[in-house]
Amino acid sequence: MADTATLHAATDDKKLWDGGASPFKSSYGKLMMWYFLLSDAFTFAGFLIAYGTLRISSPTWPVPDFVFSAFPGGFHHKPLYFVTVMTFILLASSFTMVRAVQEGHQENRKGVVFWMILTVIGGAAFLGCQAWEWTTMIGSEHVTITKNPFSAHTEPGVYLEGDGHDIKEGDTFEVGDSYLIHKHDGEWGNLKYKVTGGEDAGMVKEQAFGPKAFGALFFFITGFHGFHVLSGVIFLLIICINSATGLYAARKNGYEMVEKIGLYWHFVDLVWVFVFLVFYLL
Amino acid sequence: MGQSYEQSKKTATKIIVILGIITIAEVIFALLGKGYIIDGLHFPLIIMGGVMIAMSLVKAYLIVYEFMHMKYEMPGLVKSVLLPTLLLVWAVFAFFQEGNYWKDRRGEIMDKNEDRVEIPAETKQQGMLKQLDENRKQN
Repeated sequence: MADTATLHAATDDKKLWDGGASPFKSSYGKLMMWYFLLSDAFTFAGFLIAYGTLRISSPTWPVPDFVFSAFPGGFHHKPLYFVTVMTFILLASSFTMVRAVQEGHQENRKGVVFWMILTVIGGAAFLGCQAWEWTTMIGSEHVTITKNPFSAHTEPGVYLEGDGHDIKEGDTFEVGDSYLIHKHDGEWGNLKYKVTGGEDAGMVKEQAFGPKAFGALFFFITGFHGFHVLSGVIFLLIICINSATGLYAARKNGYEMVEKIGLYWHFVDLVWVFVFLVFYLL
Repeated sequence: MGQSYEQSKKTATKIIVILGIITIAEVIFALLGKGYIIDGLHFPLIIMGGVMIAMSLVKAYLIVYEFMHMKYEMPGLVKSVLLPTLLLVWAVFAFFQEGNYWKDRRGEIMDKNEDRVEIPAETKQQGMLKQLDENRKQN
């Protein structure tokens, strides 16, 4: 209450913005963290809007449920299962971060350290998942930033050969059906098929590679987000150690440093909400 | 600020449960709309996109307002951080419109790429001289 009264007095005097006071009732560090996050939001939005624009401009685009359908342990055809696990790991680490900030306000050193360690574990687990996802895409599906073997058909047809994986000779497909071109002994095996409808009915064609931009956008955007998570984990560790040694307890400001890294950590989770939306859900 | 320690602990638990439920709902809806759960059932893209974007925005609101404590900040701080993001709404519409335009004119662009224009060396020079003359006159 006393705070509000001082604030009103300051407003009346028109001295609120003359320095010495804190018009937003927020410390310099916290306020600057907010503005940094705002600028970072613009960077991410730029990337995601570029993704949307290129996706809209392409006649065909790989279907996410088909592309992201592998699960550790050799499972296939599990659309979105793995990325849902990743999302939950990040959400859980956001929750543990909230708890760490709350314990900080209580000046409870043990509580802060305990919840921050859990947050670090969550962040590391998320990075591990991402490493597995990238390994699968690069190692077994051979997606690179310039070559994208994932695509979807733009005309109906029937396969004239099989690839030894999911497609057999004589299998038919419709417009919009997804395919992955496999690599055998370093050679791309684009399958031949006969078109059964549309303008080119009767022609024999070969599976075409998907839009090039897909691989570049995927690796760049999830990579940029992953790099944020990695930096976050490193800062969390530093701040966790500082909390444990009693550095912030001595400052007697309710562990404000924990609050600041907390803002950053939630922002990383917030960005993931949108990466999850545009890459995996739509 | 705003809530007592016990209250805020409860709020955090409540929010994380809601976020989890929305995430599961999103995934189920994505799979349902594309015919994975009930064979042959497909929702049009506009419904899929609309519902997913709405659910993601609710998640974003909960993270920013509850987890990042935006709810308890001063109105000036809230405005200075959130209002600039409105510019992005315009960016989304402008760029997606542009993307659509590229798609519609893909054939035309490819044809243009094939075009080769031969400019005779003299014409080029004449053009440059003419331009020089005009510049001189203007000055």
